[in-house]
Amino acid sequence: MNENNAVNRPIRKKDYKALVTGKPVYTDDLAPKDCLVVKLLRSPHAHALIEEIDTDRAMKVPGIEAVFTYKDVPQSRFTLAGQTYPEASPYDRLILENRMRHVGDVAAIVAGENEKAVDRALKLIKVKYKVLTPVLDFRKAKDNEILVHPEDNWKALCPVGADNKRNLCAREESEGGDLEKAFAESDVIVEETYHTKANQQAMMETFRTFSYFDIYNRLTVVSATQITFHVRRILSNALDIPKSQIRVIKPRIGGGFGAKQTAVSEIYPAFVTLKTGKSAKLVFTREETQTASSPRHEMEVRVKIGATKEGKIKAIDLYALSNTGAYGEHGPTTVGLTGHKSIPIYSKAEAFRFTCDVVYTNVMSAGAYRGYGATQGIFAIESAVDELAHRLDMDPAKLREMNITREGDLMPAYFGERANSCALDRCLERVKKMIDWDNKYPRRYMENGKIRSVGLALAMQGSSIAGLDVASVTVKVNDDGFYSLMIGASDMGTGCDTILAQMAADCLMCEPENIVVYGVDTDTSPYDSGSYASSTTYLTGMAVVKTCRSLTEKIKSYGAKLLKCRADEVDFDGERVYMVSEEKSISLKDLANLSMNFNDNALYASEMHTSPISPPPFMAGAAEVEIDPETGKTEVIKYRAVVDCGTVINPNLARVQTEGGIGQGIGMALFEDISYNEKGVSRSNSFMQYRLPTRLDVGDVKVEFESSYEPTGPFGAKSIGEIVINTPPPAIANAVYNAVGVRIRELPISPEKVYMGIIKNED
Amino acid sequence: MEIKLWLNGKAVRDDVSPDMPLLEFLRKQGMYSVKRGCETSGCGLCSVLVEGKPVLSCTYPLMRADGTHITTLEGLEKEAEEFGAFLADEGADQCGFCNPGFIINVIAMTRELENPDEEDIKEYLAGNLCRCTGFMGQLRAVKKYIEHKRSEGRGE
Repeated sequence: MNENNAVNRPIRKKDYKALVTGKPVYTDDLAPKDCLVVKLLRSPHAHALIEEIDTDRAMKVPGIEAVFTYKDVPQSRFTLAGQTYPEASPYDRLILENRMRHVGDVAAIVAGENEKAVDRALKLIKVKYKVLTPVLDFRKAKDNEILVHPEDNWKALCPVGADNKRNLCAREESEGGDLEKAFAESDVIVEETYHTKANQQAMMETFRTFSYFDIYNRLTVVSATQITFHVRRILSNALDIPKSQIRVIKPRIGGGFGAKQTAVSEIYPAFVTLKTGKSAKLVFTREETQTASSPRHEMEVRVKIGATKEGKIKAIDLYALSNTGAYGEHGPTTVGLTGHKSIPIYSKAEAFRFTCDVVYTNVMSAGAYRGYGATQGIFAIESAVDELAHRLDMDPAKLREMNITREGDLMPAYFGERANSCALDRCLERVKKMIDWDNKYPRRYMENGKIRSVGLALAMQGSSIAGLDVASVTVKVNDDGFYSLMIGASDMGTGCDTILAQMAADCLMCEPENIVVYGVDTDTSPYDSGSYASSTTYLTGMAVVKTCRSLTEKIKSYGAKLLKCRADEVDFDGERVYMVSEEKSISLKDLANLSMNFNDNALYASEMHTSPISPPPFMAGAAEVEIDPETGKTEVIKYRAVVDCGTVINPNLARVQTEGGIGQGIGMALFEDISYNEKGVSRSNSFMQYRLPTRLDVGDVKVEFESSYEPTGPFGAKSIGEIVINTPPPAIANAVYNAVGVRIRELPISPEKVYMGIIKNED
Repeated sequence: MEIKLWLNGKAVRDDVSPDMPLLEFLRKQGMYSVKRGCETSGCGLCSVLVEGKPVLSCTYPLMRADGTHITTLEGLEKEAEEFGAFLADEGADQCGFCNPGFIINVIAMTRELENPDEEDIKEYLAGNLCRCTGFMGQLRAVKKYIEHKRSEGRGE
């Protein structure tokens, strides 16, 4: 019998020992040692057509196995976005084609026995490009005469307002209430435009995949991915072979944060294996990962907020222009969150409108990054709400207290869902105490000439994609009564293998050690949409609860059979099936062992779960910064955060999720910026140019939880993975304003911008 | 050309290309704990010990390591597990990809610095990036580990 509940216990991750002793558990560690090395020839031009490509000399390099060009690949388009079929992202890619749409687009695939031979061959491929004018400014992309995707076989599977002949990847419009009236009745209106940049997820393990034919002659692909099952479909589409001929396996992966929700590397080695019959491996360099991958969508967000002079927010109007780059992966979907997961923080407003355009340009394709569009919208809304507070001459914390969504509120901009679980008010109250808001707001002048100030921001996210995502789980009873928990969700280091086992342990009334977890292999794991959209704890967790419930019934029913009584006369306590009358009992161990002898009752259950709603987690974040007015340099001294993720399943893992998200958010706020020169060449192609926060940059971060109870979640849980990145950019921008009166509306908050703002204010 | 060195205490002799970085040689020798996070000495993942001192093996020419003693995490399994338990107790092991380089440097730090304080720790480990944890859990683990080593030293 399990004395302590496993849920809410800070247990170690199940895989920790391998991960702290450096065991070979990642994709590149597991690749066959004699596999072909695959590398890609990349376009030096942002927009060009390949007129001639000569591979003869490259093929003559000793050790070269194959060189593939656009002439060799299937001609039906597909998307690399890891989404449920039919994908909202347009089918706008081929494995290779003659049109280069960004610097780094792939012109040829080279495979050879070793890296040296492949490097040499890459240099010997002769390409004659017809260089075209690129579309580099996303503000000028819509209806530009230069088209990124002029091709006729481009197609959108879903009605997302896409039109490739207008450089449009998607557009949306939604509204509620009488917007005009609400603005007319507002005493104060703030209308500003905010600009968030593309950012790299910068997981430590770059994109990588290897592939081979297995003993059944099926194409097996091992990859660092968050979307194991979607990769199977993407490969089937790209390679034009049946899904039944493909198997995808996810080993341990070295971080994802959404980057690996796009099949960035898989198609190339898979194509090589398909064509040559040989095992093949592709490991992206960091440079490739920085320049040809799946970063956050750059967005320009215009916000108009109206309020009464007492501070009641009446209306919010938000327009987002999103830059999807050369291809449309996650373009139509990320932007939805920009409005739908920012406006509802203030759902008491009488009216809202959300409109957006997503445009193609000739820079690298964007993708999914933690926060997925909500981050961009929240930077805009949470900056604008502070601007409103200052216009009203109110404490920004007070303005928020007056207007935030509270438990039970209807959220019109969140598809009309009700906030069944919401502790945002408690999060805000507590974070104010943690940062000592009332004493520190707005600023203090330090003896050394620097200024210390505080800034606040709120956030929300979702928990899975409502009415779409599915998660299934299988649990079986083994000899001696230990359990196998098979999942299709991809643990990417966050610890979902562990927290799902914790839930199963409580359902089956045993210790988590009694449960072994296996995932993910498309041949054997039960189907799961994948680890994205903050879905695993909420959705796969509920599938665990349902599966354990079914399995318990089977254990009881088989136990009753062995005890020679009716199923309704027995119960199960985790260790034994016993008659309620206490006449007889049988231990789980004996029962499990007997089940393998003259038995036709499979002690095995599998259930699927889906949700018509996506309950938002909520969060309040507060930054204390120190600014040097002589240089404009902003330093984070302290960051405090309080999260409502419903019931916390594993406090340690939830805390580290939050601290990690805040770290990334600080990077986004202060340093990280993917920028291009006038020819579309990336200026951020390494960790030297694209600076990530180090342990000297994040200050002192402390996190606490204010739990609500989500009735539709497992044990009352909601999600946590994504929301945690959303507060630092606006909280730090608000703190900067509170310190020096400079409003930074374009990230990152560089010393130059702050200093120039100070100078301008002085004029 | 031929190289001879001691890898985790064992003598290794190999015929190698003169432009090979130490990292590639080590992985070729089966030391898969050694990871590459960038190619520009910017992430700390590929840290190993050469004569007891941490170096970035991605840009360390193998030829420079000729005749030296190299230690990777495979050669420090006991200490890695000991510190790793503290890391796991914070939930800060996460994806694990940066753990080997980080742990190598934690071990090197505890050997090199006497009673490091928080600033010393942050400074010493500043070159080790981690994108999962936001560094706080790692810091808690390091402090608790150092405290544990101290109390061990005091014979508690």
